[in-house]
Order: sequence, then structure tokens, then C-alpha cells
Amino acid sequence: MSIRTIVAAVTFTILAMFFVFTALYLSFGVPKATQMDDYIILNTQKETGTNNGVTSVVFDFRGFDTLGEATILFAAVSGVIMIFRRLKK
Amino acid sequence: MSEMSKIVRTISNIIFPFIMIFGLYVIAHGHLTPGGGFQGGAVVASGCVLLIVAYGSIWVFDRIGIGKLSVFESTGAVGFIGLAFLGLILAGIFFKNFLVGSNIIFGNIPQTLSTDSNFNTAGVLPLMNFAVGVKVIAGLFVIVLVMAFASCSKEWKK
Repeated sequence: MSIRTIVAAVTFTILAMFFVFTALYLSFGVPKATQMDDYIILNTQKETGTNNGVTSVVFDFRGFDTLGEATILFAAVSGVIMIFRRLKK
Repeated sequence: MSEMSKIVRTISNIIFPFIMIFGLYVIAHGHLTPGGGFQGGAVVASGCVLLIVAYGSIWVFDRIGIGKLSVFESTGAVGFIGLAFLGLILAGIFFKNFLVGSNIIFGNIPQTLSTDSNFNTAGVLPLMNFAVGVKVIAGLFVIVLVMAFASCSKEWKK
């Protein structure tokens, strides 16, 4: 067994233990999962004036999610154009 | 993919404006009716793909440069992230809806519950819908266009 394998195994074990213990000490279900839903349903139209609550959640309450989605699309387009870059005139 | 028969091209010419109008309607009314930037952009992009099917990818590739579509997509991305940073600059929170309650544009909050007719509402949401719509139109269209052009290109096969 080479030294690289031993180092890789030790690193993997430490990382796996980190994830497992983090997951064990998380407290799921606190606060209750319905609290944020109720808040959004009750206050969407008062806070944003939007008729479509889904759009207000997607672009306002959870804008970071949409930002990630847009980043994924941008990366996909960049990848496709980079793969087929030889076709450019 | 070469161009198809005259029947297909004629029907595409008739249908194409209606698909465009429907997709742009879904984008523009994203804060009132079901839909939004992504959905309307996908509709408009599928209408553009209809052009590729009817007229062939080489015809479309010669007339619409990839550079223009790339500029469109970058404009959408910059507009979206710029609106998010404007929230950070003007209101102090990233993605803050800074136009709600102001009297500039889209700032109205209806007294009773909002309905489909309250177009002047929702703050930055229509602007973000528009930015994401432009981005999705250009992104999906350029993916399909480049792949269709590559599948029929002689230069790629050798």
C-alpha cells in the first residue's frame, strides 16, 4: 500500500466523519416547516402587491434560487458554444 | 437540416407571429398570470426553433449571428444581477424589492387584494421577468441552433 493511498483514505475518513457528525447534530423540524409557507401565503400580496404569488416567491423571496438557475443556463450555453467553437466562421 | 417543403414553410410563417405574441405576453404579465420569464422565454425560443425546422439551420445561422444572441443573453444576465445589486445599493439587502411602495414604476400596492388588472404593481418583478426572459430566449435558441448546425455541417464530420 503506497503512501498516497493511505493519505487518501485518511482524508476521506475525516471528511466522511465530518459530514456524518454534522448531520447527526442537526435538528430537523425546528421551527416547524409550515411557518414559512403560512407567512408567504398571508403576506405576499401585502408586501409585493403581486397577483401571482409564485412569481413573487421565485424572484423576490427566493431570488438566490433564480440566480443559480440563471447561472446554470449561462454555463450550459457557454459549454455548448465552447464545444462547437470550431464551427464559427 | 435542410429546408422543408413549401407547405411547412407557409404554415410556419402564419403561426410564428402568434407564438411570439403569446410568449411575450407570458413574459410581460408574469407578475399577474401564471407563467413568468422562464416559461415565456421557453415559448418564444420554441417559436424560433420552428424557424430552424422549417427553413433549415444553415438559413437561420446565416441570418442570425451567434454573436448577437450571445450579446442578448449577456444583457439579460447583467440586467438580472444588476437589479439584484441595485437592491443592495438602494435598500441595503441583496435582492431587495426596492420599487415596491415607491411612485417610480410598478410601485403600486392595491388597497384590496390584487387582481389580474393591477398591472402597475410588484416592483422589480416585471423587470426581472423581462431580463430572465431575454436570457432564456437567447440561451435556449442558441443551444438548439448550434447543435442543429453542427449536425449538418460537413466540416464537423471530417
